[in-house]
Amino acid sequence: MKRLSGFLLFAALCAALPILFPDNYYVTVVGLTVFINIILAVSLNLLMGYAGQISLGHAAFFGLGAYSSAILTIRYGLNPWLAMLAGAAMVMALSYILSRPILRLKGHYLAMATLGLGIIVHIFFVQADELTGGPDGISGLPVLSIMGLPIDSDIRWYWVLCSFMLLTVLFSLNIADSRAGRALSAVHGSEIAAQMMGIDTAKVKSHIFVFSALIASVAGSLFAHQQDFVSPESFSFFFSIELVTMVVLGGLGSTFGAVIGAFILSILPEVLIVFEDFEVLIFGAILMVIMIFLPEGLFVALKNRVIHFMRRSQGGA
Amino acid sequence: MPLLEVKNIEKRFGGLKAISNLSFTVEENVVFSIIGPNGAGKTTLFNVLTNIYKPTSGSIFFRGTEITNLPPFRIARLGVSRTFQNLQVFLNMNTLENVMVGCHLRSKSGLIASALRLPSVIREEKQVRAMALEALEFCGLDEFANRPASSLPYGILKKLEIARSLAAKPKLLLMDEPAAGLNDTETAELCQLIKRIRDSGITVVLVEHNMSLVMEISQEVLVLNYGQLLAQGPPGEIQKNPEVIAAYLGEE
Repeated sequence: MKRLSGFLLFAALCAALPILFPDNYYVTVVGLTVFINIILAVSLNLLMGYAGQISLGHAAFFGLGAYSSAILTIRYGLNPWLAMLAGAAMVMALSYILSRPILRLKGHYLAMATLGLGIIVHIFFVQADELTGGPDGISGLPVLSIMGLPIDSDIRWYWVLCSFMLLTVLFSLNIADSRAGRALSAVHGSEIAAQMMGIDTAKVKSHIFVFSALIASVAGSLFAHQQDFVSPESFSFFFSIELVTMVVLGGLGSTFGAVIGAFILSILPEVLIVFEDFEVLIFGAILMVIMIFLPEGLFVALKNRVIHFMRRSQGGA
Repeated sequence: MPLLEVKNIEKRFGGLKAISNLSFTVEENVVFSIIGPNGAGKTTLFNVLTNIYKPTSGSIFFRGTEITNLPPFRIARLGVSRTFQNLQVFLNMNTLENVMVGCHLRSKSGLIASALRLPSVIREEKQVRAMALEALEFCGLDEFANRPASSLPYGILKKLEIARSLAAKPKLLLMDEPAAGLNDTETAELCQLIKRIRDSGITVVLVEHNMSLVMEISQEVLVLNYGQLLAQGPPGEIQKNPEVIAAYLGEE
C-alpha cells in the first residue's frame, strides 16, 4: 500500500522508540506530551489546513474534555470511560450549536469569534470554582483501565496515547484523500465554486468543526487521566495559539506537517533548557527563521524540495 | 416545458437597476447566448440565476421547479452548473482533484465513512476517479491530470473549469465569458468543445463578447442593454437588428 507507506513508517518508528530506549525521559515522559500535541495539531489541521477555517479556540474543546472527565469521575463517581463519552457528547453538541453562527464568519472575524470562545471557556474554568476547583484545578482522577489492565505507568500511557495519536493521523490521512476531504479543500479554495459543485458549504464546515472538537475532547480526557490533574492554565488562550503555530510551522493542510510542527514545538523547549535564561529568546528566533525562509511550512517545504530533486535526477538519468 | 424560465426578474444594487423586468425562456438542447455591451448586466444575470445574488423581484424556474430562493448548492443538485468569468479554480488541488470535486453530486461518502475508509469509500473513490478522467479527456486535459492547478496556464484553467462542471453531469451549463483571454487557436478549440457539450445533451447558456464565436454556435441570442432586453432571436436576425447595431456601435 503506497498510500500509507509514510504512515506505516511513522507507526513503526513510534513503536520502536520505547523498545530501543526504555526508561528514556524523552521517550516515555516528553513523548506523552508530544503525542497529545500531535493529536491536537492534527485535529486542528483538519479545520484550519484542509477547510481553511482558522480557530483560536481549539484548547477550549481540549479543556472541556479534560474537565468533563475530572468532574464526572471525581464528583459524580462515573466510570472513566463513560465520563469520557459524556464529555465527548457534550463537546459535540456544544460545537455543533456554535458551528453554524461562528463559521458564517470569515478571516479575522472568525479568528475573533473563536478567540472569544476560547477565552470564555477559560474564564469558566477559573471562575466556576465549585464545579472546576477554580485556579487550583482538580486532582486525583481514578486510574483508567483497559479490559482490567490499569494504565498506571508511563510506558502504558505511551502505548495508549500512541495508539490514539496514530488513529487520529490515520483518520486525517484518510479524509485528505476522499470525497469529504476534497469538499473541505474546495471550501478552502473557493466557496462559491464549491457551492456550484453542489457542496453544502455550511454543513461541510460545521461537520469538520464538530469532528475536530470531538478529537480534542477525547484527547483532553486522556490528558486529564494521564496527568491525574486538571487546571485552567493547561487550556488557556496561549495554548490555542501554540496549536495554531504547530500547524502553520509544519505546513498548513498537511497531516504530517502538523505532526512535525507539534513534535518540534513540544521538544524544542526541552532541548533549549541548556540555554537557561535565553531559552525563550532562541525559541522565538528559530520560529521566525523557519517562517521567513520556509513560509509554506517546514514539512511541506522539505517534501516539495525532495520531490523536486527526485524529478530532476530522474529527468537527468 | 422549457428548461429554464425567467419571469420578470429585477435586480437592484441600491439605486442602480442592474437588471429590470427581464423575461425569457431557454429550450432544451440549444446554445443560448447572452450578449451586450460591458455593464449590460450579463454576469449579474448569471449570479441571479444561481442565486449568488438574490433577485429584488421576479421568479426563475428550472424544469418547472422554482429555484428563485434556493441556495446555490441546491440549484446545482437540480442539474445546473456554471463556470466563472474571474476563474474560481481550486488552486490548492491538482487538476484531477478539481474535477473530482465536480463529481461531488454523483457520489455520497460522508466524513465518518471517509475517515474510516470503509470498503464502500474505496470503491466509490475508483468510480469518481474514472468519472473525472472521462471529463478531463472530453475537454482534452488528460495530460494535465496530475499537475497542480496553480502551475497551469490561463487557457488550461478555463478549460479545467468546464471539465469540472461537466463532471457533475448537469442538464444546464452556464458559461461566463469562456473565450475571454484566449487566442484564436484556443477559441476555435473552445468552439468545438461547446458544440460537443451541446451534442452530449447539455444545454449551454453562454455569456460572451466574441461575436464570431456567438454567431457560429448559438441557436438563440439574447441582447441585454442597461439591464433590459433589447432583442432576442436567431443569430442571423440579431446581426441585422438596427437597435442592436446602434447599441454596439452608437447611432449615426
